[in-house]
Amino acid sequence: MAKAKKESAPKTVEVKYNDGTVVTVDPSKKGKLSKRESTGYAFIIPYVIAFCVFSVYPVFKTLYLSFTQYKGGIGIKPQWVGLAKYDLTIHDPLFWKSLVNTVRIWGVNIVLQLGLAFLLTIVFIDIKYKVKGLAVYRAIYYLPNIIAATSIAFMFSSLLDPNYGTFNQILTSLRNFWVVIYNHIPFIHDIMHESGGVTVRLFDYMRPHAVRTEWLGSSKYCASTIGVIQAWMWFGNSFIMLMAGVMGISSDYYEASSIDGAGRWKQFTKITLPLLKPIMLYVGVTSLIGGLQMFDLPQIMITKTTASYMSIRTVIMYLYQFGFGQNKDVGRAAAIAYVLFFIILIFSLMQFIAMRSEED
Amino acid sequence: MADNNVNLEKNNTQGEVDLKKHKAPMTGARAFYLFKKGLLYACITLLAGVCLVPFYLTIINATRSGKEIMTSFTFFPGDQFMTNWNTLFNSINLFRGMWNSLLIALPATLLSAYFSSITAYALAIYKFKLRGPVFTITVVFMMIPGQLSLIGFYQLCKELGMIDTYWPLILPAISAPGAVFFLRQYVLSILPRTLLEAARIDGGSEMYIFHRIVLPLMGPGIATMAIGGFIGSWNNYLMPLILLTTDSKFTLPLLMSTLNDATDVAKSQGSIYMGVAVSVVPIIIVFCFCSKYIIGSITAGGVKE
Repeated sequence: MAKAKKESAPKTVEVKYNDGTVVTVDPSKKGKLSKRESTGYAFIIPYVIAFCVFSVYPVFKTLYLSFTQYKGGIGIKPQWVGLAKYDLTIHDPLFWKSLVNTVRIWGVNIVLQLGLAFLLTIVFIDIKYKVKGLAVYRAIYYLPNIIAATSIAFMFSSLLDPNYGTFNQILTSLRNFWVVIYNHIPFIHDIMHESGGVTVRLFDYMRPHAVRTEWLGSSKYCASTIGVIQAWMWFGNSFIMLMAGVMGISSDYYEASSIDGAGRWKQFTKITLPLLKPIMLYVGVTSLIGGLQMFDLPQIMITKTTASYMSIRTVIMYLYQFGFGQNKDVGRAAAIAYVLFFIILIFSLMQFIAMRSEED
Repeated sequence: MADNNVNLEKNNTQGEVDLKKHKAPMTGARAFYLFKKGLLYACITLLAGVCLVPFYLTIINATRSGKEIMTSFTFFPGDQFMTNWNTLFNSINLFRGMWNSLLIALPATLLSAYFSSITAYALAIYKFKLRGPVFTITVVFMMIPGQLSLIGFYQLCKELGMIDTYWPLILPAISAPGAVFFLRQYVLSILPRTLLEAARIDGGSEMYIFHRIVLPLMGPGIATMAIGGFIGSWNNYLMPLILLTTDSKFTLPLLMSTLNDATDVAKSQGSIYMGVAVSVVPIIIVFCFCSKYIIGSITAGGVKE
C-alpha cells in the first residue's frame, strides 16, 4: 500500500474539500473508485446493510401492512384493503380514548418533570447561594432513570397496594402524627384552626380511615399516579440536560451582569430563561415523542382485570392488542402506528412553532 | 425562587464578601441568608430522599415476612431474607434472566460500539458520493419513533425465521443511528488530520490506521455511547416481549413481568420485593461506581446540536 502510493504519487492530484478532507485522485483511473473512496464504502457497508434491513424495511413493511387485512397466521397472505384500516382507526372512539389517556399521563408527567428540573437548575446555578454537591445530587436524581421500567413497575405496584402497600401505611402514620401535634400543641392548633383544619382533611382525603386509597386501581387516581412515577423516573434526566445547557457560560454571564448592576429578576429573565428555552424545547419534544409511545409501566402495573384499565390503556397498549394479542388485526395495528406517528409529528411541530414565536 | 427582592439580595452579597475578608458579625440579613440557604439544602435533600426511599423500602421489605409488610412499615431490616429468597428462586430463576440479558446486551453493545465507530469515522473522514445521503437518512431515522416500525419489525423477524431467538435483539445494534451521529461529531472534534496524514505516510493501511490509531482515540466517546446502549438493551421490555416465547430464554425484564404468575411468589409480598431488589441492587452498585460516565452519556447525544 505504502509503496504503491509512493510510486503513483507523481501521477495523482490531491483534491482538497472545503471541510478539510484531502482525497488523492488518480486522473489516469477516471471513473473508477479511488482507493480512499472505496475504503469509505467498505467501512460503512455493514452499517448500511443492517440499517436497511432492521430500520428502513420495517418502516415500509408497516406502511404496506397498514393498507391490508392480515390476521398474521402462517401461510395467510395480507389482502389489500386500501385505506379501510385508517378509516376504522380514525372513527374508533377507543383509539381516541387511548390517545387521551396517553396525553393525560404525559401531561402530569411533563409538568412535574420539567417543573422540578427547572427549579433545581435555578437552585444549582444561583451564584448567591452557591449550593454545593452538584455531582452527588445529580447522580441521585438520575438513579431512577437507569432502573428497568419493569422493576420500577413492580416496586410501585407493591408499595402502592391499597391494602398492604407501604405507601398508604406511611401516609397513615404521617396523618396520625400530625393529628397528635394538631391536638396537643396549642400554638399549631391555633394557627391551623384558622384554616379550618384543612391539613387533617387533606390527609383524610388521601387516605380516610375506612377506605384504602387505590392509587392504581381506581380510574380517579391512576393516570396521575403513573404520570408522577414517570416524572420521578425522568426529572433527573431533564435536570442534567438543563444544567448542561446553562453551565459553562452561566457563571461568567451572571458575574458580569451583576457587576453591571443587573438585579436577580433581570438576570433570571434576560439570562437564565433565554438559555433554558431551547433546551426545554428539546426536552419537551423528546419527552412527548417518548411519552406518546408509553407502554412498559402501564402495561405491567394495570392488568386487564383492573377497574382502571380503560382509563389507562395507552395507544401502544392498544396497538399491542391488535398486533400481538388474541384477536390479531395486524393491518389495524400498523394503521394505528402510522396515525400515532402523524400525531407525534403534528405535536412536535406545534411545540416547535410555539417556542419559536415566543422568542420573536 | 428568583423573585426575591433586589435590596435584600444586595445586602446579602455584601455580607458574604465581608465574611471572606474580615469575618463580618452575624447581622440579621446574614442570618436570614443562611436560613434560606439551609432551606434550599433541605429541599434538594428531601428530593434526593424521594428518589432513594422507594428503593430502600423495597430492600427492607425484601427481608420481612408478608404478614409484617401488610401490617406496618419500618426502616430497619427484618429476618426473613432467606425465606423470601427461597420462595422467589424456587419458582423464578432471576439469575438466569440476568444471564440471558447479558447474552443480549453484551454482544449488542460490542457490535454497536465497533460498527458505529467505523461508520462514524468513514462518514467523518472519507469523501465519497453517498456520504451525504447516508448521513441524511441516518439523521431522519433518528427522528422516527421506534414503535412505528414495531409491526414491520416483527414481520421481518418472522420472514427471517428469527422469532424466539436472540438475533433480532442483537443484530440491529450494528446500525445505531444515534450513536453514529454522535460519534461522527466526536471524530470531527477530536481527531487531528495531521495524525492521519502522518500515519498514511508511515505506510499504515486504512484498516490499520482505524484499528490502531483512531479507535483508541475515540475510546471515551465510544464508552459514553456504549454505556447508554448497554442500559437501553438491558432494560428493554417491549422487543423481547414480542419476540421471545420460550420461558428459558426470557430476559430479566421479561422474567420480572412474570413475577405475579408464580402463585407462591404472588402469595408472599416479601418475595415480590425480593425479586425487585435482586433486579435493582446490582444496577445501583454499578451506578455508584460509574455514575459519572453514565451521566456523561446523557448530555452527549442531545443538546450540543
